[in-house]
Amino acid sequence: MTHSPAPVLEQAADSTRVVRTRRSRGEVLARLAQRNGALATLVVLVLVMAVAFPSFSTAGNLSQIAIQSSFFAPLALGMTFVIFTGGIDLSVGSVYALGGVLAAWGSQYGPVVAVLLPLAGCGLIGLVQGTIIARTAIPAFIVTLAGLLFARGLLLILTDEGSTTYKVPADSAFLELSRGTFLGLGWPVWITVVLVAVGVLVLRRTSYGSTLLAVGGQEDAAELMGLPVRRSKVIVYTVSGLLAGLAGALTASYTASGVTTLGVGLELTAISAVVLGGTLLTGGAGTVFGSLVGIVLLQVVANLINRLGLTNSNWQAVVNGVLLVAVAVGQVQLSRIQARSRPGDD
Amino acid sequence: MSTQATAQESRTEPGRARRRPDAAWVARNGVYLALVVLVLLNIVITPYFVSASNLRLQLIQAAPVVIVALGMSLVIGTKGIDLGVGSVMALSAAIMPLYIGYGTLPAILVGVAAGLVTGFVAGTLVSRLGLQPIVATLAIFVGGRGLANVIGGQIKNLSDPGLVRLGSGSTLGVPNTVLVAAVVFAVVWFVVRRTTFGRGVEAIGGNPRAAELAGLRRARILLIVYMVAGVLAAVAGVLAAARSQASDPRTLGLLMELNAIAAVVIGGTPLTGGKVRVVGTVAGALLMQLLVSTLVAQDVPDSVAQMIQAGVIVVAVWVQLGRKRS
Repeated sequence: MTHSPAPVLEQAADSTRVVRTRRSRGEVLARLAQRNGALATLVVLVLVMAVAFPSFSTAGNLSQIAIQSSFFAPLALGMTFVIFTGGIDLSVGSVYALGGVLAAWGSQYGPVVAVLLPLAGCGLIGLVQGTIIARTAIPAFIVTLAGLLFARGLLLILTDEGSTTYKVPADSAFLELSRGTFLGLGWPVWITVVLVAVGVLVLRRTSYGSTLLAVGGQEDAAELMGLPVRRSKVIVYTVSGLLAGLAGALTASYTASGVTTLGVGLELTAISAVVLGGTLLTGGAGTVFGSLVGIVLLQVVANLINRLGLTNSNWQAVVNGVLLVAVAVGQVQLSRIQARSRPGDD
Repeated sequence: MSTQATAQESRTEPGRARRRPDAAWVARNGVYLALVVLVLLNIVITPYFVSASNLRLQLIQAAPVVIVALGMSLVIGTKGIDLGVGSVMALSAAIMPLYIGYGTLPAILVGVAAGLVTGFVAGTLVSRLGLQPIVATLAIFVGGRGLANVIGGQIKNLSDPGLVRLGSGSTLGVPNTVLVAAVVFAVVWFVVRRTTFGRGVEAIGGNPRAAELAGLRRARILLIVYMVAGVLAAVAGVLAAARSQASDPRTLGLLMELNAIAAVVIGGTPLTGGKVRVVGTVAGALLMQLLVSTLVAQDVPDSVAQMIQAGVIVVAVWVQLGRKRS
């Protein structure tokens, strides 16, 4: 990536008190807004909706939002780690659909196959993409766009050109994966909680997490420092594929079938959620928890659109596009304020 | 400054040329070679390939890709990318039925204006507000198709005599859509090769800061480039709708961004910007179209065709980059 060395230097200087005292109030505010803007927006939106729509804060509606968020959360989490490294994974929508079909097809051989098959298949696609990206100079968006086509093609082959929809047997234990509950919350919600916790730990408490951010911050420098750049790239794309497959399996369990038309444009929802959450698309910085907030925020907005009576679901896409632009513009402005105290950086 | 950079780029380094004499040549002319090979292959394996009607059909089908890819080549020349072109095609086609009552020309103009507006939005986001091109045009990709679906809803009939003439008629034996594509090609070629604006596009792609220091108005050039790309995508949408005499916002222009990017890259324009290869882009678009129709002619199912396309794109970009890596 064509990064100036300033962010790395700034991160290094972060710990020294001299620099910290020089920070203007505007800069601190900008940083706060970038890190927590999504959370603040979510809190305000939820409060407003709780007042405006009495039926919003019912347990049923809230758990519906939680469940729906948890189907996409794994996917957004995988995307978050890819974006940390300065990459992008446009294949997740197709891989998600493929995961659903593999799970539904595999469910006839038992619940274990139904879970492991999509993980293995989608993880393999991620592994191949990651290897190509790490070993060649082909941009990640080209490789993963091709991956999008490839996964969709594979899905069509498996389903007789999309004409067959595999059904999960009605007595399959696989259905419990999405419909069962534990302590009043659905399993997908718990899976999401665990994944986010693991994600936060990996990012903040392991050397792998710092390596990822270093790769995204400045790849050449990371390489010169002897960090395993290639390996960390292969891992993030493999994990992204795995998690997209998991999300697909969860959805297949919920709908009891492998719907072949799912997931078109889902990669953009995931990217929006990550950007909304405060992670920079340029890589090298960001938060895991923010992406979860981003996903929930998108679901609450969807909920709001339904309540406003815009029954045409296509408005959702329009709103998502506008939201993405608003947040991205806000982020650019905020990082400009932050950069103002750094001379020679743009 | 820019001309120096491009001159250096196109000159083959003697050391590398000695080691791998074919790599640079293949990267530069591979697209023409591949096109010739594919044509020869088709002459052998596809019955009735060499007939006037088939060649005509191939060109007609390639016209929208050629037009979109030419706009895309300008964007990629500035080191940008436009993921919104497919959605813009759908949007322009979705708007036309609303205005067809006012006549053929107003409907076409409104359809093209839709591309002008989305191009203006994307260009402003990139040039003035500093958004990454991939994010700005991603928003157009999502929002544009959503808007097209909101406006269009379902498939709308567009059987207007003027549009039928545009989509299916011919002038002096040349199909009108092919004629439009040829005119777009000529204009883009002239602009890139013969005008200061074209030089500016390559300069800001090659070295944005140097271009700015040299007095080029980077923001204005970027804005115009994205608007041109939007307009060309809209023109392609109008032509596609005119040809099928219907507009289906759900499927029109689907995966067009991928095909157009592939055509541009296969044609030899580097994704890192700084160089626009207009003739190569047309050859790349023809290659992509011929590849698809070859697969269709051989009864290859859609699924496998998609996977082959994916493989071709990755390999093509890899071959392209082979020149840059050492």
